[in-house]
Amino acid sequence: MNPTIYQLISLDLPPLLCAIFAAIACSILGSYLVLRRQSLLGDAIAHSVLPGIVVAFLITSSRSMLPIFIGAAVAGVCSAFLIEVVRRLGKVDESASMGVVFSTFFALGILTMEQAAARNVDLDADCLLHGQLETIFWYPPRDFASLLSWTTLAAIPSEVYASAATALLVIGFVALFWKELALSSFDPALSSALGFRSDLIHHALMVLLACAVVASFKAVGSILVIALLVCPAATARLYTDRLLNQLLLSSLFSIIACIAGYICGAFLPLWLGFNHSVNIAGMITVVAGLMLGIAIITAPRYGLMTRRFKSKSNIQRPSISPTLNSDKQDS
Amino acid sequence: MLLQAGLNTALVIVGTTFLGIAAGVIGTFALLRKRSLMADALAHSALPGLGLAFLLGTALGIGGKHLWLLLAGATISGVVGVCTVQAISRLSRLKEDCAIGAVLSVFFGAGVVLLSIIQSLGTGEEGGLHHFIYGQTAAMTRGDALTMLVCAAATIAVSILAMKEFRLVCFDRDFAAATGWPVSSIDLGMMALVTLVTVIGLQAVGILLIVALLVIPPAAARFWTNRTTIMVPLAGVIGGLSGYFGSVASALLPGIPVGSVIVLVASSFFLVSMIIAPARGLLGTATTQLWMRVRIAEDHLLRSLYEQAEPFSDKGTVPPPVSIDNLTFTKQWHNSTRLLLLYWCHYRGWIDIAKKSGKFCIELTSRGTEHASRLVRNHRLWEEYIATYADVSLSHVDYSADLVEHSLSPAIIALLEESLAARKGPEWLLRKQRSLHPILEELG
Repeated sequence: MNPTIYQLISLDLPPLLCAIFAAIACSILGSYLVLRRQSLLGDAIAHSVLPGIVVAFLITSSRSMLPIFIGAAVAGVCSAFLIEVVRRLGKVDESASMGVVFSTFFALGILTMEQAAARNVDLDADCLLHGQLETIFWYPPRDFASLLSWTTLAAIPSEVYASAATALLVIGFVALFWKELALSSFDPALSSALGFRSDLIHHALMVLLACAVVASFKAVGSILVIALLVCPAATARLYTDRLLNQLLLSSLFSIIACIAGYICGAFLPLWLGFNHSVNIAGMITVVAGLMLGIAIITAPRYGLMTRRFKSKSNIQRPSISPTLNSDKQDS
Repeated sequence: MLLQAGLNTALVIVGTTFLGIAAGVIGTFALLRKRSLMADALAHSALPGLGLAFLLGTALGIGGKHLWLLLAGATISGVVGVCTVQAISRLSRLKEDCAIGAVLSVFFGAGVVLLSIIQSLGTGEEGGLHHFIYGQTAAMTRGDALTMLVCAAATIAVSILAMKEFRLVCFDRDFAAATGWPVSSIDLGMMALVTLVTVIGLQAVGILLIVALLVIPPAAARFWTNRTTIMVPLAGVIGGLSGYFGSVASALLPGIPVGSVIVLVASSFFLVSMIIAPARGLLGTATTQLWMRVRIAEDHLLRSLYEQAEPFSDKGTVPPPVSIDNLTFTKQWHNSTRLLLLYWCHYRGWIDIAKKSGKFCIELTSRGTEHASRLVRNHRLWEEYIATYADVSLSHVDYSADLVEHSLSPAIIALLEESLAARKGPEWLLRKQRSLHPILEELG
């Protein structure tokens, strides 16, 4: 095998796959969050899973994924529940109740993490917060023939499998509960009246969200996962009015953001003559943000340019599909 | 604590306390304007500004850790972030929550990229920037602390001076605009103060947690009062105490991240307020609701006893005793609650409980009769009023009257009587009063 290709496969393929799977999971969930106007709940949960991860890590004192997943899911669901409790019982504005709950959880997480770090536990704050894709690598055999054997595949870093499993879980959940999700997202009142438990759907979404956030930690870190949740979904929102297209487009955009971001982060600085690569996770979010910016300005139907020249050109009115009735006022 | 620790630490503690007060005061207005998470977007957006300012400082040769340069960079990029949020939510179909999430994460991502570039430059100063993310008071110099102190004090002073204007814009923006106030400028001023507090707080509390200092103290204060004039100082006190305890803890135990401690102290204040505050806290609300339920149950019991006895006392005969088992209207209650209610009414001196022919029987005392007659009278007045004015059909009148009568104040009763007498003539009121003869003496 060519050394360059070998290097690509061992150093660049695993992190890229990890990022892509995480991004698919995040962008699908993010689409629902954007449609349900709960994007900030993604923000809140991304902050709140931190203490769950740290505590799970301290209890099991291992880096194995399962306890960390469980800890994070528990913390995420607890914070979603507490946000609800504070909002209802305390009669506080929802954004304020989110602010209170997630910053408390986050502060707890940082405090426990610093205490753990003081006792030489191997848990890096920067890694959890900013993501360290660069640390995922794989030692495959040097010839293509044995590349796909069981032993070599088993040596692929567990982070890749974890994020792939999360992506599959999310896709499976969405496929299975397609109509319930659509109904409770667009018309929660009707869905409750028809006997679908929209609160159960909400809680299931929160659990999945917590899982997706943890799976993305290694890839992009807890703050930047918000970008993967919001940006591709928001970009897709500007291009389509149909739910299926929304999910497909947001996954596509997130994959593009990952690949382009990876290239910009890992290779571009070297090509430009710098001798260090920059933070890849940060670069992925910047690319995702740029894509959103471009979409806001140039999207064919909802972009600023189209809106500005709408009166001059003969633009077809958006067809009002039954699933997207709640968006009529936007168009 | 203040004097033992030496001037530097003392200044840091005083500065952080003032920062807490300022954040609580201006955060109150942000909370009332529903802008709480805008501050989060602002803080996260400050990171690329910090990075650029560091790079600029290094390029100019004045050193990357020039505080004023860093703060200016943070302010500029924070403001750009907030303006982007506003632009996205106004100009595109995306909602504000989506815009906040996108801007916050993308700006922060850009900041992380810049930080990794700075790290690769290896100037040896880059460690200082990490303090802005998590917050660190230990590294603050005397000048840093003084800057924080002065800015916080200025914020507090301006907020107090402009209190009237801020309240006006928070509660009734349209009215303020209609009466000629420069609403946009006031709003802008408010946002500028939020920005100032956020930026000066970055060093002590950090980008990730500064929003907590702006949100939690006001939210905690909100439980205690419905008045801004009380909420503002209260939020200031809670914020100040959080800042004080946080910085003291960090001075005593150097390993502890100060931002987290400040936030956790503030959260404990929030938790305690949410539970015990009498005005809107959980216990306070529960007590009010319990008291209301007791009063309603009490009213129902007395009214039904009175109405049962009414035909007999009209004829001048003695009403038969009512057995407890016959109180069908309380069937929805548990037996124990039923008994509690009876004891409660007995305790208040409204009913007598006596054992007659093997059964517990209850009857109204004279005080109870008087009170019950007043209740029945209110109920009937209200029924009459609803039937006359609100076009509620006669079959629903009793139910509707039941819904509101427990909250009737004497002033409303007087008003009802007056309007009904005016509408139906004075003889109607007399007729009503005849049917409720126990009050006749009282009315003279």
